[in-house]
Amino acid sequence: MKFETPAGINPIDKQTVIGKPTDRIEGPLKTTGTAKYAYEHNDVVSNPAYGYVVGAAIAKGRIKSIDQTKAKAAPGVLAIVTAASAGPLKPGQFYVDKLLAGPDIDHYHQAVAVVVAETFEQARAAASLLKISYTKTKGAFDLAAAKDSAPVPKQGQFGPPPQTNVGDFGGAFASAPVKLDETYTTPDQTHAMMEPHATIARWDGDKLTCWSSIQQINWGVRDIATVLGIPKENIRLISTFIGGGFGGKGTVLSDIIAASLAARAAGRPVKVALPRPLIMNNTTHRPATIQRIRIGATPDGTITAIGHENWSGNLPGGRPESSTASTRLLYAGANRFTQLRLAVLDLAEGNAMRAPGEATGMMALEIAMDEMAEKLKMDPVAFRLKNDTQEDPEKPGRKFSTRKLVECLQTGATKFGWSKRQTQPGTVREGQWLIGMGVASAIRGAPVMKSAARVRLSREGIVTVETDMTDIGTGSYTIIGQTAAEMMGVSLDKVVVTLGDSTFPESPGSGGQWGAASATSGVYAACVKLREAVANSLGVHIEDAEFVGGQVLAGNRSHPLGDAAKAAELVVTDEMTYGTLSREYAQDTFGAHFVEVGVNSYTGEVRVRRMVAICHAGRVLNPKTARSQVIGAMTMGVGAALMEELVVDKHVGFFVNHDLAGYEVPVHADIPHQEVILLEDIDPTMSPMKAKGIGELGMVGVAAAVANAVYNATGIRVRDYPITLDKLIDKLSING
Amino acid sequence: MKTFTYERVNTPVEAAAAAARTPGAKFLAGGTNLLDLMKLEIEAPPHIIDIGKIGLDKIESTPAGGLLIGALVNNTDLAAHSIVRRDYGLLSRALLAGASGQLRNKATTAGNLLQRTRCPYFYDTNQLCNKRVPGSGCAAIAGFSRQLGIIGTSNACIATYPGDMAVAMRALDATVETVNAKGAKRALSLDRFYRLPGQTPHLETILEKNELITAVLLPPPVGGVHIYHKVRDRASYAFALVSVAAIIQKNGSGRVAVGGIAPRPWRVEGAESLLPSGAKAFAAQLLTGARPTKENEYKLALVERTVAAVLNEANH
Ligand SMILES: Cc1cc2nc3c(=O)[nH]c(=O)nc-3n(C[C@H](O)[C@H](O)[C@H](O)COP(=O)(O)OP(=O)(O)OC[C@H]3O[C@@H](n4cnc5c(N)ncnc54)[C@H](O)[C@@H]3O)c2cc1C
Ligand code: SF4
Repeated sequence: MKFETPAGINPIDKQTVIGKPTDRIEGPLKTTGTAKYAYEHNDVVSNPAYGYVVGAAIAKGRIKSIDQTKAKAAPGVLAIVTAASAGPLKPGQFYVDKLLAGPDIDHYHQAVAVVVAETFEQARAAASLLKISYTKTKGAFDLAAAKDSAPVPKQGQFGPPPQTNVGDFGGAFASAPVKLDETYTTPDQTHAMMEPHATIARWDGDKLTCWSSIQQINWGVRDIATVLGIPKENIRLISTFIGGGFGGKGTVLSDIIAASLAARAAGRPVKVALPRPLIMNNTTHRPATIQRIRIGATPDGTITAIGHENWSGNLPGGRPESSTASTRLLYAGANRFTQLRLAVLDLAEGNAMRAPGEATGMMALEIAMDEMAEKLKMDPVAFRLKNDTQEDPEKPGRKFSTRKLVECLQTGATKFGWSKRQTQPGTVREGQWLIGMGVASAIRGAPVMKSAARVRLSREGIVTVETDMTDIGTGSYTIIGQTAAEMMGVSLDKVVVTLGDSTFPESPGSGGQWGAASATSGVYAACVKLREAVANSLGVHIEDAEFVGGQVLAGNRSHPLGDAAKAAELVVTDEMTYGTLSREYAQDTFGAHFVEVGVNSYTGEVRVRRMVAICHAGRVLNPKTARSQVIGAMTMGVGAALMEELVVDKHVGFFVNHDLAGYEVPVHADIPHQEVILLEDIDPTMSPMKAKGIGELGMVGVAAAVANAVYNATGIRVRDYPITLDKLIDKLSING
Repeated sequence: MKTFTYERVNTPVEAAAAAARTPGAKFLAGGTNLLDLMKLEIEAPPHIIDIGKIGLDKIESTPAGGLLIGALVNNTDLAAHSIVRRDYGLLSRALLAGASGQLRNKATTAGNLLQRTRCPYFYDTNQLCNKRVPGSGCAAIAGFSRQLGIIGTSNACIATYPGDMAVAMRALDATVETVNAKGAKRALSLDRFYRLPGQTPHLETILEKNELITAVLLPPPVGGVHIYHKVRDRASYAFALVSVAAIIQKNGSGRVAVGGIAPRPWRVEGAESLLPSGAKAFAAQLLTGARPTKENEYKLALVERTVAAVLNEANH
């Protein structure tokens, strides 16, 4: 099915199952510990061996030698795989990192060997007996130092154009009566998902099956094929449940390659999980940025010039952090300029983490907007409202399909009690605490991608959905089930959803906030076909058929749905593909975040006291799972604002705090009550589902809202995240 | 993890005797620190002596009016004990500010005292660390030192003692009681229990090789307002950047020990006479001789300010 013109009325609009705050259908499996994650598929592999990945001990250089004598002789050891013994390996098509390196080492903890043994403990013990000697060479680890020589990169696959120019930014900025020119920094961050990267690999002849924790099955198969040089047809990849990914499990990483090579070498299935202290430096992370923002405005608050430059670093060939993406679309302004610059750094690979580009860019832009409002003596909400735009500011005439940023800000201001905010910072005190309020806008693209599904109808009236879409804790199972139930007119308990298997029709997986909107549309397409097959089988006209209550009503007759499958199960497959609507319209999601913080005037400790988020993000397929996405994202935003930082040791060349004790993410005590309001947004230009994604939107802007609240509380403007107390205490005056 | 042998003993003296038999053997109490370190091969004892069944799990009032806390009393029970809550509130608060509920259920009094530093380089066996490998060097001094020590440190090691419980015990003038393989007992006052690193940062306490901690003795309660203020980057489940354990009397006198800044709970009795003059004078005296790095010099101000916050709270 091809989606080319805005959707009319269709069965989804009935919203009898869709749009209901249904509990997750796989929830009981998870709460009872019976949902099987990648490493836990003990039923499918008998007698697995265990692989332990060894990470490079240096940041850059060469392996001189690997002495395996002791490790090989250690109890239980079955095989040791290194780059030298593995045969040729290519990088994947998304990540550029070499997944088993040697002799050249590109970054700290890059995988250099996998030791396979009968037990995990034996593999780990033997791994420490590998004697690897290295020659170190000098590396580049300091983004600030590499900044000035960093070139503008080539256009990447998912990022914005590396440079954009509209009107005369330089001239307009120079002549603007009110202007701001500030630099902001965001640190390297790690996804810190609960489930580590983990894989079980099994060879049957030349056929490889991997049970892994991976967000995009299609990319995974493609990249296993690419890295190992085997045909895609010989690969089966299964990812039934995923304990969080946040972009860190987009496609193939060292665990899959290590497990596959190890299984081949040992002649047995092999399990590999990356130990936590390896994950931060071995896999991908959200790269640090330096961002310069310039805004010029007239005294009435009209933006006349807006410029955003972003510097980030990566391994050679890696992609830039696209922090300029939001600035291209969020606010009006006739003269505009954005630019990405990309340095080569010898740290682990920088890549996608929840709202890549938008999250980082808005951490800077939305502080800049707060600063600019103050210069203009305007309320920060009013300043944003003033510069709203209903068309793409780079392409006048190209409308947003839907855009309710104004309503998000206004609704949020009312709900939050924004009018109580004191304009003068540092003036609200409660005992030892200074209290402040902050706001930020949110914007995140709403891509939809081609997605396929197979649906089956049994004679019992059970509808089974099969697609290789994944559920990374987001609720995919549930909204896909709701989609099929709505389309086929059955209750949710008559739907079986099976996901995450490369033998199922291809979806774009979980990433880029496209999963929900895309995968449900694929299921929609397949269900349209199934409805036709049902009508056919029952001998009724599809135009006359109504699917409701497990029955097919046609004329004055009613057939149990399952009757259509009496002779044989009905099985259909279809996919949703897209025309040009996404070019004709700017399709985005919008939101606003309001935050109240307390800052201890003695110690500089910052504690978030209240948070309100308003989201405008397409049809809400399930308000409960949508809200869960947003509150999780808000939590991540608080982490970004106040504590998350992979610290670079610029001498050694690595992320020092590479475990969950050193890399702090918010705990329950850091997160107050979170209020989420979802504004209605039925967007017919998206797909017949009229839905968008929300999982990334919820994070965008949060950190800046916190930063702005800290400023409002204290009068101290911190432009370098995270806002830790050492950046505040020198300037805080004690009271209380 | 290196292969090790394991035995379970039944009495304190047996434990010490077992340790004397195998050089490098370690006592296993709650295991919440030791086992983590063994998995990372930061510690690799050839032999483990499980002391879980030797008793020492009681909290008893002493005839002198003090409190004797068995070495194997877990942190949860200690924090919840009615006498502790009534007379030594500081200790209860310090314990509850540490780790998590699950960990406190396992962690023991002796194990807590002996928990090792959280310097991130100590935790990565690829990095130079004098504490882990004596004489190898210290990567932290020129590296990431934001959490590390500012006083009592040396050019060989700037790591801190990371715990909370011992900071409160230091303010409470606690004594550590021990027994050795021959059954000989010692009482070691907490002020000299932890060594400063000097050139031997791997030697952390004055315990002898096979000495077993049997109890911690608290002297009779001293009254006053008990405050434990732990400052950290998140609200819970993190080690202190700075923590202040204070007992402040009505007349403004008091005792203050500080955590998170030194290789041991840092208390300078001589500075405490300055408490009535305020945090600034007290902190200046307390921190005389401090040698912070650029990354952790904020702790100088943070100590003073946290003490000020505590004094402010005590007066309210
Ligand atoms: C995630 C995490 C967070 C934490 N957060 C905090 C925190 O915020 N604040 C804090 O203070 N602590 C914190 N801790 C540390 C925790 O308090 C310690 O791990 C715990 O107290 C150690 O006690 P244990 O009984 O488990 O010791 P074990 O691990 O069993 O032993 C520790 C050491 O003491 C030795 N030992 C044990 N008993 C005796 C004895 N009777 N005589 C002689 N030697 C003995 C052992 O041989 C070993 O060397 C945290 C720990 C973890 C894992
Ligand atoms: S500060 Fe101490 S513990 Fe940390 S690396 Fe240096 S020697 Fe090791």
